[in-house]
Amino acid sequence: MSTPNAPALDAPRSPYSRTKSTRSNYELYSWVFMRMSGVVLVVLVLGHLFVNLMVGKGVAALDFAFVAGKWASPFWQIWDLLMLWLAMLHGTNGVRTIINDYAERDTTRFWLKMLIYFAFVVVVVLGTLVIFTFDPCPVGADPSLLPSFCQA
Amino acid sequence: MTAGPLPVQTTQQGRPAGTLYRGDTEGMWSWVLHRITGVLIFVFLLVHVLDTAMVRVSPELYNETIGTYKNWIMGLGEAGLVAAVLFHALNGIRVMLVDFWSKGTRYQRPMAWTVVGLWVVLMVPFLIRHLSNIFGG
Repeated sequence: MSTPNAPALDAPRSPYSRTKSTRSNYELYSWVFMRMSGVVLVVLVLGHLFVNLMVGKGVAALDFAFVAGKWASPFWQIWDLLMLWLAMLHGTNGVRTIINDYAERDTTRFWLKMLIYFAFVVVVVLGTLVIFTFDPCPVGADPSLLPSFCQA
Repeated sequence: MTAGPLPVQTTQQGRPAGTLYRGDTEGMWSWVLHRITGVLIFVFLLVHVLDTAMVRVSPELYNETIGTYKNWIMGLGEAGLVAAVLFHALNGIRVMLVDFWSKGTRYQRPMAWTVVGLWVVLMVPFLIRHLSNIFGG
């Protein structure tokens, strides 16, 4: 027979806990994410730096035609998209950790984190739109500034 | 020298001073540099996505924007950025080895010096290439 207001009893021999934990595993997943994304970013970022700064004339060769030539290929579109998302998540989460460590006042900590979350949204949305809506041969542009395949 | 717990420096309010983690010399400096390089790279990343977004406006504006990177002051900044990225990447691998490799904690100190060694080995060819691009005209 059950009484409506009786406190719920734990099953016999259930693990003892002084208080119910209100924590989620968020920090654990964030710790794992930093390592998993880190491994991928080593390849993506060092590959990006090598192709853009070491091959050919390096930084001197960077212009619209160079970028258009890369993003005409889905390979570099996906490379850069993945790099954008992983780097922004990895970076924002890293800075979040640093803010949590050093900003001692609750309101300071809150607003600093809001600031980086805002930056995250703006940069990720903008970057994603640019990669997907990019036109390597914009109509009416000076042909001398465009990649050579635009004249075909 | 007597072995024993190191005295923890505290602020006037009695909190542990400044930087939280206090490992041995190599561990502490790797950790500090990892944080500093991380923040540096993050700030550059925000700017870099914004400057690259100019490709969506016009070829002229993008070339003008990227043109501001092509002088020796910015060139040295790029060298500093690559230095930061390489350290962060190599030390990140060290952190993962410490976390996941059964002997990682035992070898964390030689691994820190390996990071420094590999960093020098990678920086030398990069600097030769990059500095000749900046100053070579």
